[in-house]
Order: sequence, then C-alpha cells, then structure tokens
Amino acid sequence: MINFKLNGLEVQVEDGSTILEACKFFGIEIPTLCYMEGLESYGGCRMCLVQISDDKNPKLVTACTYPVEEGLNVRTNTKRVISARKMMVELLLSVSSDSKVIQDLASKLNVTKLRFASRHEDCILCGRCVRMCKDQMQSGAIGFTERGYKKKIETPFNIRSEVCRLCGGCIYVCPVCQTRCQGPDADTDICNACLTLEPTCIEVHDDYQCWLGTTGDCGTCVKKEDKEGKK
Amino acid sequence: MKQYRTHLLVCAGTGCVACNSYEIKKTLEAEITKRKLQDEITVIATGCNGFCERGPIVVVQPEGIFYQRLKTEDIPHLVEEHLLKGRPVKKLMYVPPKEELPVPKMMDIGFFRHQLLIVLRNRGRIDPENIEEYIAFDGYQALEKALTKMTPEQIIGVVKESGLRGRGGAGFPTGLKWERCRKAPGDEKYLICNGDEGDPGAFMDRSVLEADPHAVLEGMAIGAKAIGAQKGYIYVRSEYPLALKRIKIAIEQAEEYGLLGKNILGTGFDFSVEVARGAGAFVSGEETSLIAAIEGKIGIPRQRPPYPAQKGLWKKPTNINNVETWANVPQIIFKGAKWYSEIGTKTSKGTKIFSLVGKINNTGLVEVPMGISLKDIIYEIGGGIPKNKKFKAVQTGGPSGGCIPNQHLNLPIDYESLTEVGSMMGSGGMIVMDEDTCMVDVAKYFMNFLRDESCGKCLSCREGTHRMWEILDKITCGQGTMEDLATLEELAMAVKDASMCGLGQTAANPVLSALKYFQGEFVSHIKDKKCPARVCKPLIKYTVIPDRCTGCMACLKVCAYRAIEGKRKEVHKILQEKCTKCGSCLQVCKFEAVLVE
Repeated sequence: MINFKLNGLEVQVEDGSTILEACKFFGIEIPTLCYMEGLESYGGCRMCLVQISDDKNPKLVTACTYPVEEGLNVRTNTKRVISARKMMVELLLSVSSDSKVIQDLASKLNVTKLRFASRHEDCILCGRCVRMCKDQMQSGAIGFTERGYKKKIETPFNIRSEVCRLCGGCIYVCPVCQTRCQGPDADTDICNACLTLEPTCIEVHDDYQCWLGTTGDCGTCVKKEDKEGKK
Repeated sequence: MKQYRTHLLVCAGTGCVACNSYEIKKTLEAEITKRKLQDEITVIATGCNGFCERGPIVVVQPEGIFYQRLKTEDIPHLVEEHLLKGRPVKKLMYVPPKEELPVPKMMDIGFFRHQLLIVLRNRGRIDPENIEEYIAFDGYQALEKALTKMTPEQIIGVVKESGLRGRGGAGFPTGLKWERCRKAPGDEKYLICNGDEGDPGAFMDRSVLEADPHAVLEGMAIGAKAIGAQKGYIYVRSEYPLALKRIKIAIEQAEEYGLLGKNILGTGFDFSVEVARGAGAFVSGEETSLIAAIEGKIGIPRQRPPYPAQKGLWKKPTNINNVETWANVPQIIFKGAKWYSEIGTKTSKGTKIFSLVGKINNTGLVEVPMGISLKDIIYEIGGGIPKNKKFKAVQTGGPSGGCIPNQHLNLPIDYESLTEVGSMMGSGGMIVMDEDTCMVDVAKYFMNFLRDESCGKCLSCREGTHRMWEILDKITCGQGTMEDLATLEELAMAVKDASMCGLGQTAANPVLSALKYFQGEFVSHIKDKKCPARVCKPLIKYTVIPDRCTGCMACLKVCAYRAIEGKRKEVHKILQEKCTKCGSCLQVCKFEAVLVE
C-alpha cells in the first residue's frame, strides 16, 4: 500500500495505482476525455490534470498516467488546475465544436466563450480509436502519422489496412463520432445549453425518464437561451 | 614518430569543409611537395576551431599564426612567403572590426583570448580521425585511472563533488543521475549519449563529436564503469554526416587499441558502443523520446516516472547524458573534482559551450567559464554588433528559450540566472538580435518551428503552439486586437503548465519573454499598425523621397515586379499595389532615397 495526500487528506491506495484510479476510489471526480477503461492510458487530452508537489515545485501532471508515489501531495482542484483545464476545453472546442462530449465538458467547467477561430475539424487526436484497435482488437489497423499540428490518424499509407476487420470499434469509442451536439450556436460555436437544463419529462412523470440516470443526455430537455436571454 | 618543424592545422569542421577546406589542404600539400618541404612541414586536418564565420582557417604552429578566409589561389603565395621565406602574410590575417591592423597570433584575437577550453581543448589541435593524437594529449589516461585505481563509488563521488550538471538543458546534477542509475536494481544497464541537437543555430554537440570524438567515448567508458553498464549508444542526427563518420572511426580505432570492447586495458571490464542514427525530429532530443527512437518506435516522450534510471532503454536502467556532459568527464577524473569546481559560479561549475550566431561580428562556437556575463560574450568575444547597429536582445536556449534584453546584459550566466530572467541555458544556442529585428516576428518564427516539431501528443502543446502562432501571425498582419494579446498570454501560461515534456513546458518561453520585455512592440503592431523594426511586410510601406532621388533608374531595373515607374533624371515612384516589399530597391539605392516606414 502507498500512503499519500489527496486534497489534504492522508489516504492509502494499492501499489501501482494511478492518481486517477485513486481519485475514483475515493470518489473525487476528475474530468477525462482520452482516458477509457480497458485501454492503455495515453495522457493526450490533458483534461485530467492535477497538481502534485514535493512542497517546493508544484507542477501539473495527468492523473491518468501518473503513478501514485509514497508521500505525494495531490490537489485536484486548485486555481492553476482549473484554469489549465478550462483552456484545454477551449482548445478542444476550437477543433471540434460539434462533439457533445466536448460541449458537455465545456458546460461542466463553465467555459462560456471561445476565443479561437473554430476549425470544425472533428478529430481531436485523443487516440482512443488507435488504442481500441491495438489494445482491444489486437489489430493496429490505424495509427498516428506526421507530427505537430499536421498530426493525424490514418491507416498505413492511407490505403485500406489488411488487418482491419471493419469491426467499428474505433467509431464506437470516438468521443466526437458518438453523439453530435445539437446545440452549438453558429456564432460562438458554444452550446452551454446543459447549463440551463430544464427536464420536460419530470413535469409529466414523477421521476426523470433518462436512461441509466444520465440526466440530460438525451438532449430533449435542453432549452436554449435565445438572443434576448429568454429561455 | 617523425618530427616536423612546422605544423599546418587546417580546420575540417563542417563550416570550413563547406568553404572548401579539404581543397585548401590538398593545395597546401601539393605546394609543399612542389617546394620539397614535405619532410619539414606537415598538414593536419583538425576539428572545428569555432570561428566558423572566418573559414576556411589554417593555423601555423608552433608560432600560432592564424590565417582566415583562405582561397586556393592564396596558397602558393602563403607557402612561398611564410613557410619558405619566414614572412607571415598579413593580408590573410584576421582584422578585428573597426580596426585596421591585423592580429597575427590566434591567442591574441579577442574571440579566442577570452575562452577557457576544457571540453574543446583539443579542437583545432589534433586530427580527430587519429586516436594516437588524442592519446598524445593525455587521452585515455582518465579511463586508465578510473578502471585501475578507482571504485565505481569513487568515480561517482568525484563527479558529484565536481558539481558537473547536465549540459543538455535542464542542468540536472550528473553525479546524482549516475548514482540513481547505479543503485537501480538489474544487471543489464545502458548508457546513451544524446547527440540529437535540433535547436536552430546551435552546433555545440556536432562540433565536439567532430573535433574530439574520443573525449566522448572516454567519458562514456568511465561512466559505464561507474554505473555498471555494458553497452552504450551514441544517438546522432542524420543531418550530421561528418560527426557520424568521425565517431564511427573513433569507435573502430578505440576497439582496435583495446580501449573499448571486451576486457578493456586488461582489467576485465567490458563496454561496447554503438551509433544510432536519428531520423530528424527535434522532440527526439527529449530523453524518453530518444529512448523510444532507439528502440525503433516513434519518437514520442512518455510520462516520467518511471525515470530512465529505473526503466529506460529496453525497460532496463539507463543513463542518458548530453555529448558535452560526457566530454567533460575525462577531464574531471584526470584533473580532479577540486580543479573543476573552482571554475564557474556557486551553483554551476565548469565551462559551457555556446554557439554565438545572429547579428554579431564574430559568429562561431565559444567555450567560456560559467558566470561570465552576456556582455563579455557578445562584445569581447563576439566583437559586438555589425554595421554599428544597436543591440536589442539575445535569445538563449534555442526555440524554447527566451529573449534577454539590454537591461540584463550584465547577468552572470548560469543555469539559475537565465531561468530567472525568463530564458534558459538550454543546450547553449545564443542568437544575437539587433535593432532591425522585430520581436513579434521572432516569437512567430519560433512558434512556427515548435508547432511543426511538437510530437503532437499533448493537446496543450500541439494545439497551443499552433494557436499561439495564429495569434502572432494575426498581429504581424496588423489584424491583432488587445484582447488577442491577453488571450496569447493566458494560452502561453496554460501551455507551459499543461504539457508533459520539456518541449511543451518551455514552448511558451519565446512568447512570454517577448511579452515581458517587448510589450510595447506588440502594442504598436496592434494599435498603431506599425512595425517598429520595419520587418512585418503587411505593416510597412516603401516610398521614394523625392528630394533625394536622382532618377538613376537603379531601383527600377532591380524591381522584379515592375513596381517602380519613372524616367531618367526624374523622380521615381513606387506603385504600392504592385510592390511586394522585397527591399531590393532599398539595397541598390546609393542616395538613400528609399524610405521604409
């Protein structure tokens, strides 16, 4: 067992746990995007940033890839963490404002403006599909090519891969392909509708009718503010 | 060994080779043979002298006469006058800027006089392709000492005591790094020499590998004994063919002499070295990325811990140091920790090699003691700024370093002081900028480099550098707003905080330091739509000053876009809609009649 400090509390976790696993175990919510159970942690989206320190030089690391060390001091919600996460969401939105997953993250972290020109490119290079293909399907039909801002995900030489079984796993795990956000405003590319959730079903029934308790995920109860600010 | 009265040392570093120094060497040999002097005079091709701007260079020893910018036509005269008649040729010597008399001796030239050579002690002195010359200058004595008289703990102790810190950029104490790797469990351990030098304008590692490859090999063999490694890799960029060639020759020769391989010097200690060629990615200089590249994977950094000292190459404990760090080691072991720790400042010991480039008179490679001021490097060694221009800033630490302005010129250089003013030591690039440099444009240049060279894994670095470049591009086009400036700063801070590896964490430095010291320049781009340094093309305009124009038609002829109209002896006019702002008219005008604003 490893002893460490989580948001000021002395806690213990099993050897080999990551900070994210420890946080989950203790019920501390950390936003994630490229992380997915069953896939190797990648640490690309930088959503799960937390602050660690040896008391001298606090730094931000991704909770999904950082192993818990003895005596580590982890803080999950400092000002520095929140502002970095918010900037990451803003960058994600600027690439793919049509993704519901990303718009939800924006609402959750209260990101209400987008200061960069929207590219509507869709792929955010989180690498879920690449890892799904490699880790779960043992295939490796797709991978990253190029680097820097030209980086993209492709089959080798951009022709159909021999090892691809057309299983569709890549599409299944893609946070952009999964569900489209219906709401983003054409002017701002931000939806934020989840901030003003007004379930319609609860007016009729005594309980939310949402699937598996994922409140608001069907999107029908989300009302958008109009230009005058009325709902 | 044959004795010669005179040695001609022809520089054969990459810079001088590009200026035809091999041809010079051949001509020298031919001329010497023609005059039947071949038994008295020998010609040797050495490693880089560092004064690359003056190449090709020939130094005549033992007098130490320094000849520069030689052409093959000069050689017969040089041989006749100097070597036969004993009259040094003044017109081929170096004349310092703003002076008239040439300086004959190498060590009297400001560029060389203020340097202190430890790592580059053999530069311009030995033939790097001949192990015997290295051995003649105390080579491999430190290895012998380490293998026969010292325990691994003692070696680590000496390196720790010397205060040597990593020369690759981060400045981690080398002794401590070695100790961690030594203590890591496992019998199979690796050493890596990081020669993936990718900073624009930096060539320290290349020069060390070219001028004194055996120093690196000796350092690695000593390190191997200290750590308990059996195998070492030297990772060199493919862009350095000469360095690759010389290090390969050096490994072959060292193996032949029993200084590498099995049972070194009969002590029963085995250590072999292999060369790994880089595939040209800036990010591969990061240690975990470099390890991935040697393993044959994509050069992408990974999360530390586990550190390479615990799990490195092929998941075995690995110690990785920069070329320059390794080259320091033999001298420390040979001369002792005390000698080394007396050089430098309180926290940074020894010397550091800087590549001095940009708007400076004496471009080249210099090795100076830590704690020397920036002013001394730029004015005493570098000879100041050309064309009487004003100094504006110096960029240290490569693309992820920062610009240091005039007010910090007296700063004594060490790891801490550079970080304090918003830059960093980095691998030792030093780009000098004069008043004609636009700081927004410089920040944009580096951001363009980094958005290209980021591995693209972290969103913060991939998207962040790209967006910073976009904002800077907007500002240089005169379309920026003050809000953009605030966004830029906030984004830069986030990129610094949120990225995983050294590349991302320092990628914002060029922007942040430019914003800190040259905010005014950003504001004048945004508010006044003016580029004070007159660099950003969308913000400048070329016009003819009618009073000065003589109507000579020189500018008219040189303009490729026919954007200038006018007749002989009549004032010319520049057509703004056709002008591409190439600046050719400004260059050809002898009457200073072209105005840029």
